Order: sequence, then C-alpha cells, then structure tokens
Amino acid sequence: MLELDDIQFFLWSRPRALAGRYDFLTFRQGERARAWLGGILDKVGSAQTVSAAEAVDARWVTVAFTWNGLRALGVDEASLATFPEEFRMGMAARWQVNGDTGIHHPDHWVGGLASPDLHAIAILFARDAAERDRCTHEHQRYLAEIGGVEILSSLDLEALPPYDYAHEHFGYRDRLSQPEIEGSDTAPRPGSGPALKAGEFFLGYDDEAGPAPPLPQPEILSRNGSYVAYRRLEEHVGAFRDFLHRHGDTPEEQELIAAKLMGRWRSGAPLVLAPENDDPALGGDLNRTNDFNYGEMDPHGYAAPLGCHIRRLNPRDTTVNMQRRRIIRRGGTYGPPLPEGAPEDGIERGIAAFIGCASLVRQFEFLQNVWINDPEFKELGNERDPLCGSQDGTFDFTIPKRPIKKVLKGIPAFTTMRGGAYFFLPGLRALRYLASLSPARESELIPAGAREAP
Amino acid sequence: MATVTAETTELSRSAHGTSIKPGAGLYPDENAKPVMGRYGSQFPKTVANGFTIIAPIKPGKANDVRAAGARLATAVLSDPYVLAPLALHFLRWVIFDNDTRFAYIAWFDTDFDKYVEDAVMLFNKTGVTTLFENLEGFPADWRTNPAAFAKYARDHQVESFMEYVEYPDVTAVEVIKALAMKRAFGEVLDQMQ
Repeated sequence: MLELDDIQFFLWSRPRALAGRYDFLTFRQGERARAWLGGILDKVGSAQTVSAAEAVDARWVTVAFTWNGLRALGVDEASLATFPEEFRMGMAARWQVNGDTGIHHPDHWVGGLASPDLHAIAILFARDAAERDRCTHEHQRYLAEIGGVEILSSLDLEALPPYDYAHEHFGYRDRLSQPEIEGSDTAPRPGSGPALKAGEFFLGYDDEAGPAPPLPQPEILSRNGSYVAYRRLEEHVGAFRDFLHRHGDTPEEQELIAAKLMGRWRSGAPLVLAPENDDPALGGDLNRTNDFNYGEMDPHGYAAPLGCHIRRLNPRDTTVNMQRRRIIRRGGTYGPPLPEGAPEDGIERGIAAFIGCASLVRQFEFLQNVWINDPEFKELGNERDPLCGSQDGTFDFTIPKRPIKKVLKGIPAFTTMRGGAYFFLPGLRALRYLASLSPARESELIPAGAREAP
Repeated sequence: MATVTAETTELSRSAHGTSIKPGAGLYPDENAKPVMGRYGSQFPKTVANGFTIIAPIKPGKANDVRAAGARLATAVLSDPYVLAPLALHFLRWVIFDNDTRFAYIAWFDTDFDKYVEDAVMLFNKTGVTTLFENLEGFPADWRTNPAAFAKYARDHQVESFMEYVEYPDVTAVEVIKALAMKRAFGEVLDQMQ
C-alpha cells in the first residue's frame, strides 16, 4: 500500500501551475539549515493532500537535497555511504556518463549548480506569476529571518502562451506520455504500457524486478523518497527555425522536418499514426495519441525515424526491459517566447526539467548514456538524439524513406545543457527527521567548497 | 590507435571479391582514453570486441557450471532470440585446468557497460544462475547489484595482446541483414530463370 500521505506530491500529481520558481540553496550552518527546513515543512504537499486540494490551492512547494546537502544537514557519514554511488558523486562528476561534453560540460554550467556548495532546491509551482512572485518574496523574507541558508541562484518558470496546452519553445506539445503507477486512480491510457510497480519511482516498494531493493540508511530517511535529476536545457529557437527553413522549402515541408526530429508533429500527433499530414485533434487526444507501437506499425522508421526523440526515449516494443527504464518528467519552460519570424535575440530560454526515478543509474543515466547519446543506437552509426543529445555539429540524422533514405548531416546543437544536479526527494516523515537531527559532533560552520563528493 | 588495417591487397580482393578489409589490433592501446561508464570504466572497443573472462570455479562445482551451459542451450532452443539483447556474434564457455577454471569468451557489438542490467536480467530469466554462483568471489547480490556484477566482469577480463577480424566494424545485425538480402535476391534471380 502506497503511503500517499508521506510521499511528496511532486512525482505523483501535476497541479495546474502556470508559473514556478526554483531556489537553489546552500547551507552555511547545519543548525540554521534544519531550522529553515523545520519552518517550511508544513508547506510541502503530500501526494494525498495535493490531489485532494488541487482545485483550491494556489501554490505547491517541494524540497529536495543533494548528497552534500544531506551531509550539511547533519546526516552521519555511515548513512551517507549507503546512498548510491552516482548520487554521491553528483551530476557534474558524472559528465562523461551523461554525455555532458564540449559546450555542455559542467565547466560552463550556470547558477552554481556544478558546485559542491549546492545543497538543496526549493521548488515552487504557482497558479500564476503573481502568486509565484508573492511566494518568492515570502521565501526571501523567511531566509533573511533564519540566516545561514543562502540562495546560490534562482530560476523563474513560466508557461508559454497559448495556455490551453503545454508546449516548449520549439512549439512541440509536451506532457503527452507519462507512466501510470499501480495504486493510482487513473488507468493507463491506451498505448502507454502497463501500470508500473511503485518501486520504479518510490523507495521501499516492490519494483518491476521483484521485492523492494535494499534502502539507503536509516530507513526513516529513505523510505518513500525518490531521486530526481535536474536538467536546465537552453533551447536555441533561432537555430532550430533556421534548420527547418534550410531543409524545407514550404511551411509544410518545414513542419514535416520538425515532426521527423521529434517523432510527433508539433501538435503532438504521432507520426506512426499520422505519417503524411498533421492531425491536431489526434495530438491532443490522450486516449489516442500514444496508442501505437514501432515493431509492427513502423519497423523501418518510414513514419517515425529510428533516431527521432520519442523513439529513443521510449522505444516501446522495440527494446527489452522497457518497464525498468521508465521515468517521470516534471518541470517547465523558462525565458520569454521568441515570436514567430523574429530573429534570435540572444536571450536564454529553454526547459528546466526534472526526471524522477528510483535509480538514477538504471533509469535516468541509462537514458542519457545509451538512448540519447550512444551514436550506435539502433545501428544508426553516427547519431545522437537530435533535440537533447550532446550535439556539436558532427552528428547526422537519418530519415528513412523509399526509395532512398535522407541523411541530414551536421546537426547543430538545438539545445545546450546549462546546469544540472542530482537531488534526493525525501518523504514528509524523512523531512521531519532531517529537521530534528541532532548531530553528535558537527562543525557548525560549513566552509564553502570544503566538502566535496568522492 | 593501435589498430592495424591491412591495405587492400590482391589477397584480400581475391579472398572476398569485395573491398572489405580485414583488420588487426595490438593491445594495450596507449591511445585509448578511459571513459567513465555507468558502472565503472567503459571497456575500450577492440577489433574483435568482447570478453575473455577467466575465473576460478569453486571446488567440485564444475558440473554445476556445465549444467548452466545445458540450461542456456535449452533456452536458445525454445526461444532462438533469447540472447538477442546481448548483440553477440558468438559465445564460448570453456572449463579447463582439471575443472578448476572457467572461461567466458564472447564477441559482441554492444558496449558491456551500457547493457549490464539487461545482461543480468537475461541471465536471471534463462536460469543460468548456477554458472556465476559457482565461480569464486562472485558477488552474492548480483541479481540486484549490477555494479557488483560489472566489477566482477571487469576484474576477471583478460586483455588480448592481438586481435584479428576478417570484417571489422560490422555488427551481427548487419551480417544478418546482409544475409537476408542475399537470400531475397537469390529468390528473385531464381524466379527470373
């Protein structure tokens, strides 16, 4: 039985928020950090309360910690050592695994995210920008009052107009495929695969391989927790539109190129079901938009290219152990939209996303390392994910076609990795446990950068 | 790069009737830079990429190791594609030194580090658990600990000092596709007679 009153709502439900803010925090004093957490605890929503009060609430708060952050809060060394290696190392140290090379390398990350001083994130989702701004000021006032907890950097999120459907800066409809978890009220949509064991996302439960794997210690800290990988991906809208114009003479051809890169039309309609022409009604219909496979319906990729984004990130029936590679995506867009027809303005805009899972190495890192960045994925030879792969202008994108395929050479980086981190998202009991820790010995002052991951 | 690729010669041309050049590699390759993989260093790709894992068998357990081989062969008979996720060209299991040592020799196309969990799940599924569990020092929690499984493989992998392959950089899938095409062409030509 899922403890929905203990699990944070973040990966469980998605309240209807049009704005958000991420505050990246560093703890200068353990005692002050615990006081900060103690004071913010009652604002953190559980899966149960958020689902019940979604219609009346105007803001939703989530807190999560890096491994260095757990240490700064006073978790003892023996416990810290029981957390998985990739989490202990942190995302920056795993740059080779995740393909964060060249312009995507942690040396170029912003906001202090590559620093060992990054200890926590406070995530705010708000009904609208006004509520977001109100809560932001409240948090700043609270931090000033508490002391010893500082904001390393922040990011404001805003949904892009028109608000009637979620989409990102390139114009693709988003949030179409989400795994369903056993024990949730909603039945899986057609084509989204069987409901997953809760242990694929929440620690302490049976997963797709069997009984719950061993928990990091102490259990009160880890049970009902999840890991989230944060990725701030800048989207180069100008470069993306230039590319479409270069490879398509008419608006229809340009739309088709955009669809081939994604595997869906920008409306969300999947190419497997709508190979020739867009079908916006299909795109927005959650009962139909995922109801397809690749093995039987498009084995050679004549509709959805073998290397397109959605076919890499969810190969469906054309891979093994798919149920062990599922993730839950959260987050939103940041930066102003670039109006259609306007030249690139140099303002940073993009997606600031969280990938939730029970095992970063098996789920998130596998997707990054193999499905997104392995050039040999599906025998393609010299390709990476055209939209979020580690691109540097040297990789191709193949569009299977009769009688001969079309190979687009030198795919530019449409996105640049601007920063990321691994966080542990504890359950509510665990948050109270952390807030009430009384370390036997603690150097109360945590020198900046003095404590690094192994 | 320590890879030595033979220039196209009369010999290779006459051998294949094609321009496919055999290749050879010398190891260790000083230019190969280690890349961090999810479960440790990724193995640098070699000309005849794969494993030569040599491990001691627990005393008196050689027949249990043999039984695992029989189980795997049976699994392949009942589902010929059961090992497909490993992207193998071939697999050889050898017991030597009076039943005291085991060698797992394989030529495969994938990077081992990338597919560790798939391999673990596959070995679970095909019931060849007694193979590993009868090797000295094999991690007891290997079913739930892919990192330990990967470490054991890495610790017992013996590097080649020379490798040769008649058709370099060709995956098993490509070989199969080429054969399928050859057969399809053959049928077309037969029907044109």
